Amino acid sequence: MEGNMNLKLKIWRQKSTSDKGAMKDYQLGGVSPDMSFLEMIDVLNDKLIREGDDPVTFDHDCREGICGMCSMFINGEAHGPNRGVTTCQLHMRSFKDGDTIYVEPWRSAGFPVIKDLMVDRGAFDRIQQAGGFISVNTSGRTMDANAIPVPKEDADKAFSAATCIGCGACAASCPNGSAMLFVSAKVSQFALLPQGQPERKERVLNMVKQMDEEGFGNCSNIGACEVQCPKNISLENIARMNREYLMANIKPEN
Amino acid sequence: MAKGLFGSSLVKKYWMALTGLFLITFLLVHCAVNAAIFVNDGGETFNKFAHFMGTNLLIRSMEIVLFVGLLAHIVDGLMLYFQNRKARPTAYAKQNNNSSSTWYSRSMALLGTLILFFLIVHLGNFWVKTRITELSVIDQHLYYDGEKYENLFGEMQLVFKELWVVIVYVLGCISLFWHLLHGFKSAFQSLGLNHSKYKGTIAIIGDAFSVIIPAIFAAMPIAMYLEWIA
Ligand code: SF4
Ligand code: FES
Repeated sequence: MEGNMNLKLKIWRQKSTSDKGAMKDYQLGGVSPDMSFLEMIDVLNDKLIREGDDPVTFDHDCREGICGMCSMFINGEAHGPNRGVTTCQLHMRSFKDGDTIYVEPWRSAGFPVIKDLMVDRGAFDRIQQAGGFISVNTSGRTMDANAIPVPKEDADKAFSAATCIGCGACAASCPNGSAMLFVSAKVSQFALLPQGQPERKERVLNMVKQMDEEGFGNCSNIGACEVQCPKNISLENIARMNREYLMANIKPEN
Repeated sequence: MAKGLFGSSLVKKYWMALTGLFLITFLLVHCAVNAAIFVNDGGETFNKFAHFMGTNLLIRSMEIVLFVGLLAHIVDGLMLYFQNRKARPTAYAKQNNNSSSTWYSRSMALLGTLILFFLIVHLGNFWVKTRITELSVIDQHLYYDGEKYENLFGEMQLVFKELWVVIVYVLGCISLFWHLLHGFKSAFQSLGLNHSKYKGTIAIIGDAFSVIIPAIFAAMPIAMYLEWIA
């Protein structure tokens, strides 16, 4: 892998949640266009460690677009300029030699910065815990899921909602700081399936309540989330959640 | 304020949508009635319409509902605006919003405020004079077939003699156009009415409404200023 790109990086550095933090400039040479964005940061960190500096802290795990950890706001967009990809799936060939690249953490009242580019996405876990599940018996007498007929169209929609990886790019990109796309995907994947029916109404009520408590903003249908989502989760899910919530309020019992 | 009424983020959305759609209905009626000036018959048709609107009990009571609806739309909008600002306490050093959304969908509060400024001028020009004080035009009344009518048409001619007033009205209509361009479609999405089956139809109707209604409204002061209508 021959490195031939020189980059000017502007990266957010923040020691701890209570630290004020600031953008810091770095010059990095020897970057190959074949590297992923995370590999490029690895190279930078390698250099920083050699020079006795503190490496840039960032979240990552699978590096293949399935875990949703690699939260980075790159040049003003969640996961960078490409569509339908996470940061780990973004390659340096999407940039040019000599480019200046801004790298910032997700900015949201619901995602406090832990260190540098790493944020606490516990808010999403708490929203999930408020209702993003179904209660089934798993003690060995489980029913075969395939024994329950599900219309193909519903199964497809539920599946595409279920592809949400909880990365938080929607809330990070939303000009209102709203997490509606994430919550609506989680509400939709169950609302569309027979297994999700018993808890359908309390699910949407509890998840929305938790979402509001976490300090996320209000959706005003701007639609930036749908564009920036690495899994192309559709705004139709938000409309579905709006319907679900309305129905659950009008007639709270199942 | 009762928690349930404005409490959750979704309920605020429903209010925004419902009051917005109500105001859209009002715009349609208001535009249709005022378009009577284009009959160009010295204001007779228009003055008769205006007389009906001003004396019909049902319509007069709707006026109260209208003010309440407008106020709710404004209060709800302000709450959303301030809460959403709190949701991102630290701004991005660089945020490329234009790559994923339109400027007007992000500027509904600003556009709404511009419309409000226009409304204050507009209500001062007409509503206050027809409902509270008196018309400033010299012949306040006209007679058609022996019946007495208020000369609202004459008042319009008087008001739209001033170039700055015409400019304020046209700017108000432009703000309204952008506000509607996002608001119309947005209201349906907020009420959960977004499905690939009819999404396209709503978008077309919404876009057409956003262009046509403000254009007709803007044509009124312009036509009067240029004396195309007399
Ligand atoms: S909806 Fe999309 S952007 Fe939001 S958390 Fe899920 S995958 Fe990420
Ligand atoms: S590291 Fe898992 S999605 Fe990027």
